[in-house]
Amino acid sequence: MAFEGLGERLQATMDRVKSKGKVTESDVKVMMREVRLALLEADVNFKVVKQFINQVRARALGSDVMQSLTPGQQVIKIVKEELTELMGGENQKINLAQKPPTVIMMVGLQGAGKTTTAGKLALHLRKNFNKKPMLVAGDIYRPAAIDQLETVGKQIDVPVFNLGDKVKPQEIATKALTHAKEEHLDTVIIDTAGRLHIDEDLMNELKDIKEISQPDEIMLVVDSMTGQDAVNVAESFNDLLDISGVTLTKLDGDTRGGAALSIRSVTEKPIKFIGVSEKMDGLESFHPDRMAQRILGMGDMMSIIEKAQSNVDMDEQKKMEQKIKDQSFTLDDFLEQMDQVKTLGPLDELLKMMPGANKIKGLDKMQMSGKEIDHVQAIIRSMTMEEREKPEKLNASRKKRIAKGSGRSLQEVNRLLKQFNDMKKMMKQMTGGKGKKKNPFGNMQLPF
Amino acid sequence: MGIFDRFKKKFRPEKKTEDLPSAEHQNEKLDDGLISIEEFEEWEQEQLAYKFKAGLEKSREKFQSEINQLLAVYRKVDEDFFEALEELLIGADVGFNTVMELTDELRQEAKVKNITETEDLKETIVEKMVEIYERNDDLPETVNIQKDGLTVILVVGVNGVGKTTSIGKLAHKYKNEGKSVMLAAGDTFRAGAINQLQIWGDRVDVDVIRQAEGSDPAAVMFDAVNAAKRRGTDVLICDTAGRLQNKGNLMNELGKMKKVIQKVVPEAPHEVLLTLDATTGQNALIQAKSFKEVTDVSGIVLTKLDGTAKGGIVLAIKNELGIPVKFVGLGEQLDDLQEFDAENYVYGLFADMIHQSEELDAAEEASDKND
Repeated sequence: MAFEGLGERLQATMDRVKSKGKVTESDVKVMMREVRLALLEADVNFKVVKQFINQVRARALGSDVMQSLTPGQQVIKIVKEELTELMGGENQKINLAQKPPTVIMMVGLQGAGKTTTAGKLALHLRKNFNKKPMLVAGDIYRPAAIDQLETVGKQIDVPVFNLGDKVKPQEIATKALTHAKEEHLDTVIIDTAGRLHIDEDLMNELKDIKEISQPDEIMLVVDSMTGQDAVNVAESFNDLLDISGVTLTKLDGDTRGGAALSIRSVTEKPIKFIGVSEKMDGLESFHPDRMAQRILGMGDMMSIIEKAQSNVDMDEQKKMEQKIKDQSFTLDDFLEQMDQVKTLGPLDELLKMMPGANKIKGLDKMQMSGKEIDHVQAIIRSMTMEEREKPEKLNASRKKRIAKGSGRSLQEVNRLLKQFNDMKKMMKQMTGGKGKKKNPFGNMQLPF
Repeated sequence: MGIFDRFKKKFRPEKKTEDLPSAEHQNEKLDDGLISIEEFEEWEQEQLAYKFKAGLEKSREKFQSEINQLLAVYRKVDEDFFEALEELLIGADVGFNTVMELTDELRQEAKVKNITETEDLKETIVEKMVEIYERNDDLPETVNIQKDGLTVILVVGVNGVGKTTSIGKLAHKYKNEGKSVMLAAGDTFRAGAINQLQIWGDRVDVDVIRQAEGSDPAAVMFDAVNAAKRRGTDVLICDTAGRLQNKGNLMNELGKMKKVIQKVVPEAPHEVLLTLDATTGQNALIQAKSFKEVTDVSGIVLTKLDGTAKGGIVLAIKNELGIPVKFVGLGEQLDDLQEFDAENYVYGLFADMIHQSEELDAAEEASDKND
């Protein structure tokens, strides 16, 4: 059930157009249908899609799409630009108070990830803004929610204000603020209980807390996997509380995250952060352009490049690129590459961000944890240099020797070789045969 | 006509449900102080059942009125109509592929039969939807509870869908049915998860087998299954840490847990329940598929189903994956989990539409028979 990206979706239409040689208005209509389906499939709310398509259609008809030799790319370009624009253009920072303390209030449905995000935010503010944060345990309803926040606080060494679950959240907020002032803590992050947006009593409780704490930032935390209902959730929280920012969580999953677009377009409030792991440092700034690519199923090359640039020796990388281009990439290079990759984080996460990666068979099964990378390296290290250059030389007895030498099974050796071949194929695809692109990563073109 | 006959059969006593006064209505009565104590007691009992019904009924009513509106706005069968229909269905969170399948078949049908008026397509819409729903009809929809000996239920799902809460409610349910219940705190990862389960255990008064945070969940499972066997427990419900389905290592861990359980009780787990958040969109299907691959999911617990939830996903999950929804839950109260009769629900989606299009005398005939 792998989702097709917009690129693949438009491909069929494009082929038809190409054979005719000219784009007509009805072709644009067909293309718009594909765009529409791609967005619906990505969980963008259907009303938002409708509005959006009208905008794109108007632009497509008014522009040079119809004259263009590559109308598909033109359409994608427009769609991407409009999407990025709609999601706020540029990344927006968190609101901080001029005069301390800064008060941040976390709100959202149950299970969206408020408590975890509260912890991540505290760490983020301490690390990047030199703040002294305090977490406030305001979820008195869910069993052990306070425990969870306490544990999170301990993990990142941030104090947690906790009055137990017998005190009303309103009172907790009041006392927390006094406490923060006494302790000279300049940032107060209030965790609240998850609630359904139609639960009036609980929603009014939030209103009270807002009244009391006068937050500088009301952060709506939304699960990025949310479906059509995302608009209703965002709308009701926004109507009641006039939220100031949104954090999208669980984006390390494989959802397209169309909810981002829905939320943004009904609330017109910026999405400020995204949650990308269960670890406490898994909070990143939201980038509309990258999200647009993700929604369209185009992968997220920018993030890879950014990660790579901050972690990888660029000279080494240039050499490697050259090798990828001439397709002289060997197992030995693979070994070296793996050392570099290890510094980037889990490989499967990286691969996921790569456009077209989901099309390569078996890649999703190629889960590589740190340990598995070690195994793979052991296998390669058990090969002679010659074997690493020319893996096709590996016959059964050589393979057996390698398996013994590395302490891995024969199947693993075979699997590695297969994966290496797949990888080579992928590289071939990415360099796209045209040869004029300097950097295979920097200038990703869609495959048509 | 087979389908319509079945509808008639199923919904002949429709009147009964219509007679059920709505919650608001009842509340009004209460305010007036005009109802008797018997009525009040009855009302109290109905409240809970009503809460669920209200939620489901609401989405049902909304769905029906939307379809009728659609047919009123678009009189001619054309591409605009199909697009609007697609939007309506996707808006109800019916899975994307299911919707496309359905509308493509309808397009075909309209072409073949040369149907130009949308009103004439109404029956076909219903027919097709029921047909899609029935494709995987041989699935067991009841929970596989062993008559004698231990039943092991493994509860899995992504983060934040309500696994632990659902387990608390399940424990309560089986305890009330007179069974001895034990819980296994298999979420050793998330902060506070073990305590959360322990609190549920205390509330319901059942034992919780736990180890320290960060310990190997498979070891917890092994302990728990052994303990349950030794103590002659009827139902062991195993909590697991939330995991996103694309994290290979974590998914493999689930496989390991299952294997460990099977070492002690070879035919276990008797039920693997995937917990899904009702507000999740298309990703719900991917979740169901991935978890099914690793743990052979036998049923779904659909949580956070409130008055606004769409319920359309029920159709999609059944059609695309063949996994029945076995429980629906809402809220955080102990009683807030109920067994779900998917068939009734899906038939109910179209009940009124069928009734409308039926001849008046057919309805009369039905009520005659009732008398």
